[in-house]
Amino acid sequence: MKIAIIKYNAGNIQSVLYALERIGEKALVTDDPNQIRQADKVIFPGVGEAGTAMKYLSERGLDQVIKSLSQPVLGICLGLQLMCRYSEENNTSCLGIFDEEVKKFPVQSNGARGHSFKIPQIGWNNIYDLQSDLFHQIEGGSYCYFVHGYYASTGVHTIAKTDYIIPYSSALRKDNFFGVQFHPEKSAAVGENIIRNFISIH
Amino acid sequence: MLTKRIIPCLDIKDGRTVKGTNFINLRDAGDPVELGALYAAQGADELVFLDITATVEKRKTLSDLVNRISHHINVPFTVGGGISSVQDVSQLLQNGADKISVNTAAFKDPDLIRSLAGEFGSQCVVLAIDTRQEDDGEWYVYLNGGRTKTEVKCEQWAEKAVALGAGEILLTSMNHDGTKKGFALEITKKLAGNLPVPVIASGGGGTMEHFVHVFEEGLADAALAASIFHFKEIAIPDLKKYLTSKGVNVRK
Repeated sequence: MKIAIIKYNAGNIQSVLYALERIGEKALVTDDPNQIRQADKVIFPGVGEAGTAMKYLSERGLDQVIKSLSQPVLGICLGLQLMCRYSEENNTSCLGIFDEEVKKFPVQSNGARGHSFKIPQIGWNNIYDLQSDLFHQIEGGSYCYFVHGYYASTGVHTIAKTDYIIPYSSALRKDNFFGVQFHPEKSAAVGENIIRNFISIH
Repeated sequence: MLTKRIIPCLDIKDGRTVKGTNFINLRDAGDPVELGALYAAQGADELVFLDITATVEKRKTLSDLVNRISHHINVPFTVGGGISSVQDVSQLLQNGADKISVNTAAFKDPDLIRSLAGEFGSQCVVLAIDTRQEDDGEWYVYLNGGRTKTEVKCEQWAEKAVALGAGEILLTSMNHDGTKKGFALEITKKLAGNLPVPVIASGGGGTMEHFVHVFEEGLADAALAASIFHFKEIAIPDLKKYLTSKGVNVRK
């Protein structure tokens, strides 16, 4: 099994490598198009800002490489957002693999007893309406770890939802492309099982 | 629904946990990695590793430890203690830390917060504030692990730091720390209710009821404690069951 993790100017890439090592998988962190194309599985992670990340990917032709992949690809967090059509974050045209748009969470006034929704969302939240093999044996309502200020709307490619201010897509899928808004590499046993499920997808 | 977080804190010196613990089932209770993994398995939502090493080898020891932690622990963790430069942070993040916390260095050079947020994103910049309520009723910022008083008020510093890019506030009340008489509800509520970023309350947690209070009345987004977990006065699974029974939303 050859797993490639796409290397670019976003944070948190090492964490994905370490998470794979924890479950006994080796991976190559690379920005070499050939290495990425030849991998059995490709992971597109990242924490950061959409505009800068897209610019970096386009300058190196990695945007075209990612779109042309035919093996299973998993975008994580910013990775998922960049796989969408468009992001409100710095008005960025993204890869357009998923038709969904990425928007900023709306600011809410204080709720009951002064509890307010903070932006970004940081912490553990439920994933529900789970579809696809990515969530094989994962119970609806399981908790995953999220850190994000922008969200992908729900649509035809939604395979998991989460509620924060509004319901949004916590996972998307189109053909061989998967994206998760949460961090499976930081989501305890649930996250490890989701990573294992991804690795088992053919 | 986003849950309230329970965060055990481990004090580290020369790569080892400082305070004793009575986890007899651990092979090596002084190993931060083993203790952290145990807490993660018990349901800790995050971990904080606070390094108090003062030697020149500090950086290398700490980044080696962080690397080992990230190979063994499957929940997010924050590393703090004497961090004062973009290079320090870069090295810790490269080794797998999810967030770093800054305290004295950020107060002395607030631009450090802006640089860190710009370079790595606000989501990984936690501002730790040690604060004490003085006789005038005001909460003042203390530096150097609580040894140096400043004339700056806690709320002012927190607001400024958030404007500069701090993504979370770790608020420790020196009046409450170590007392086990409950968290500082009033100042926690002031910050958590007004700031647009999450506030982690620290200092004073002694009973499970104290955690209910800090979440419900203090509006804290997360609560941090050390010795009550290390000495098994409160077990994390019991705490989470109790919080759930009291209507506090936590990860099960």
